[in-house]
Amino acid sequence: MKTMLAIISKALCRITGKNVAAQSPSELLIDLSEYVSVTAPPPASAQARHRPPEPAAVSSERLVSTRTDRPDGPGARVVVARKFADFTPQATFDIKKCDLHRLEAGPPVRAELTREQGLQFYRTMQTVRRMELKADQLYKQKIIRGFCHLYDGQEACAAGIEAAITPSDHLITAYRAHGYTYTRGVSVKQILAELTGRKGGVAKGKGGSMHMYAPHFYGGNGIVGAQVPLGAGIALACQYQGNNQVCVTLYGDGAANQGQIFETFNMAALWKLPCIFICENNQYGMGTSVERAAASTDYYKRGDFIPGLRVDGMDVLCVREAAKFAADHCRAGKGPIVMELQTYRYHGHSMSDPGVSYRTREEIQEVRSKNDPISMLKERMLSSKMASAEEFKEIDTEIRKEVDDAAQFSTSDPEPPLEDLCNHVFCSDPPLDVRGVHPWSRLKSVS
Amino acid sequence: MATSLRCFLRSGKKAVLVAGRRGFQRSAPAGVQVTVRDALNQAMDEELERDERVFLMGEEVAQYDGAYKVSRGLWKKYGDKRVIDTPISEMGFAGIAVGSAMAGLRPICEFMTFNFSMQAIDQVINSAAKTYYMSAGLQAVPIVFRGPNGASAGVAAQHSQCFAAWYAHCPGLKVVSPWNSEDAKGLLKSAIRDDNPVVFLENELMYGVPFEMTEESQSKDFTVPIGKAKIERPGNHITLVSHSRFVGHCLDAAAVLAKEGIECEVINLRTIRPMDVESIEASVMKTNHLVTVEGGWPQFGVGAEICARIMEGPAFNYLDSPVTRVTGVDIPMPYAKTLEENSLPQVKDIIFSVKKTLNV
Repeated sequence: MKTMLAIISKALCRITGKNVAAQSPSELLIDLSEYVSVTAPPPASAQARHRPPEPAAVSSERLVSTRTDRPDGPGARVVVARKFADFTPQATFDIKKCDLHRLEAGPPVRAELTREQGLQFYRTMQTVRRMELKADQLYKQKIIRGFCHLYDGQEACAAGIEAAITPSDHLITAYRAHGYTYTRGVSVKQILAELTGRKGGVAKGKGGSMHMYAPHFYGGNGIVGAQVPLGAGIALACQYQGNNQVCVTLYGDGAANQGQIFETFNMAALWKLPCIFICENNQYGMGTSVERAAASTDYYKRGDFIPGLRVDGMDVLCVREAAKFAADHCRAGKGPIVMELQTYRYHGHSMSDPGVSYRTREEIQEVRSKNDPISMLKERMLSSKMASAEEFKEIDTEIRKEVDDAAQFSTSDPEPPLEDLCNHVFCSDPPLDVRGVHPWSRLKSVS
Repeated sequence: MATSLRCFLRSGKKAVLVAGRRGFQRSAPAGVQVTVRDALNQAMDEELERDERVFLMGEEVAQYDGAYKVSRGLWKKYGDKRVIDTPISEMGFAGIAVGSAMAGLRPICEFMTFNFSMQAIDQVINSAAKTYYMSAGLQAVPIVFRGPNGASAGVAAQHSQCFAAWYAHCPGLKVVSPWNSEDAKGLLKSAIRDDNPVVFLENELMYGVPFEMTEESQSKDFTVPIGKAKIERPGNHITLVSHSRFVGHCLDAAAVLAKEGIECEVINLRTIRPMDVESIEASVMKTNHLVTVEGGWPQFGVGAEICARIMEGPAFNYLDSPVTRVTGVDIPMPYAKTLEENSLPQVKDIIFSVKKTLNV
């Protein structure tokens, strides 16, 4: 019992960022209860505060809008009947304070959420969740092959970041990319069809799980850490072109020890590139826990001369506020910034990893029950009466249908034809002869 | 006289034709003497001017004027934005260059020598070469990786490797290896204008060598197509195929052999990938004998690839003897002068190999 509690305590400490210390069961229970109260939304009456609306810095038509409809003035929380009677149009929530490195001030500790954005967040995260679980299913049926690195548990990171940037900003990540592929605009259908290797996939079946692309989304990269210099290069292009765009460059706690990342930090800081380096710390690099891999697990400090933030990656509002703060930092010409998102993945490293040889089922269960990003958002909205349970159910049903339809497509769409085998080797070139398996096989490559 | 003749031959027929056209002004050839270094410099200067998206980055390319002075004057002319000095971080800056190409720029990424490109080879292959294919055409990577390749003089094993075979092995990359100034300028301009990742293998020992450049090649729009070999010297008895510095050695050998009545056809590959096998085949079908000459190691090298392709194609039936490969010795490069000289093909080795192949 004690060991189990110790494990839970350790996991919680990592998640909450508090120092790990030996604890008695009672201390641990106190810790847990403390923690629970931090994440559960405070009673509705204490919540609503009059605040001037935040400046609408970003707007993303497809995803979330930060515009508020709430009129100024006291009693603003008292709602005028809208489409659905009695729903709070907007509320403000306490969010965890970020740990700061080389920063005088950090993101705000209170975040506003409109009903509209809340529902959009829910929809986005639930879609990613369902899509990943569907991929799990398809993989077990051997319809998806090879690598499949699932993102469930980490949805708040993708959703929160997308809410803080615009579609004209840029984003690049590593191989656990399905969530970002979705938030950057690719449909569930095209994602699942790419996973099953069909011609309707976003890369026509040529790329697979780790190589999906979209406008201003550069994948999906299979070589751990290689995407970090690429992201800084994209930021260089933004700076060069003077377009005020930023590049969000993601990597994991495992990749954080790659040498090329430090080379990139140096150049990004030297040239003040508008690059937001984000370490998604899900506590394990494949099967190696962070303490076994890094001499310093303060990933937000690893940028040394680059300012950093450590953020609760399970709280979509926390992620949004931190990412907004980071984007503003970069756009102001202050150079790069590092963000560490403390998050968790429910699945193992990939589908070939059950995920329990290096961590306990209890730990996974604990995070799922206490810290799930979707549940947390839902509870917040329900207890502040921003939405009803029926609405969430309705959204769930819609998403289920969307994902099922996409899965249906992904299993029925044909594979790319053999004629496509050699295409897209070169860009903008006349057709090229390609050597086949033997000398009599003369294949053709079209750009 | 002999030198200018050689220069004529080396610059091909074009110089003679131009001279013919301009005959009423003077009888001397219309070209100018330009070193390979200056030709490369001109190419970059012209392309930087032509397209704002083009920029150069690498170690010492800006304020030092280039480790080998290839980028001399460019920083002064174009400034910090277009000519960027990087720290010593090949993997990092190669990745940054590739990323910038993905986001719309057209970088020229210089490796001080291609030996250092090994630090960054993952970015060249996995991030640059394969991306257009993996994305099914969604993401292009218009980048040039350039720098000196192969042996220099007295720089020993870690600084003397030829990477032609390594890079040419990979689909998705174009690999170019110029010999003279016309090659250097025209191919570099083509490489910069190409929408694909191009590995541009220069040669340090060629930088200071002047060649006649035709008037046509002085034009700002002069390019040499990638993927097309050039016949530097026509002949009937045997085909010599080479790239980079050893083209010169082949021409020297051909001049000596001509005195003995052996006429060599010397082909300058210019591009290693995609290789212009058709030109080699057409030549072999005429001469019936083939010798390949390169500075790189023999195993799995450029010559080995040419042998395999000849065997698989129509030219095999025209061979009167097996193909001969003349290559660098299969050892790491030694330092001592005599040892180094004997580690690479010399003109006498080419002459010897031709005679053996012809059985004379």
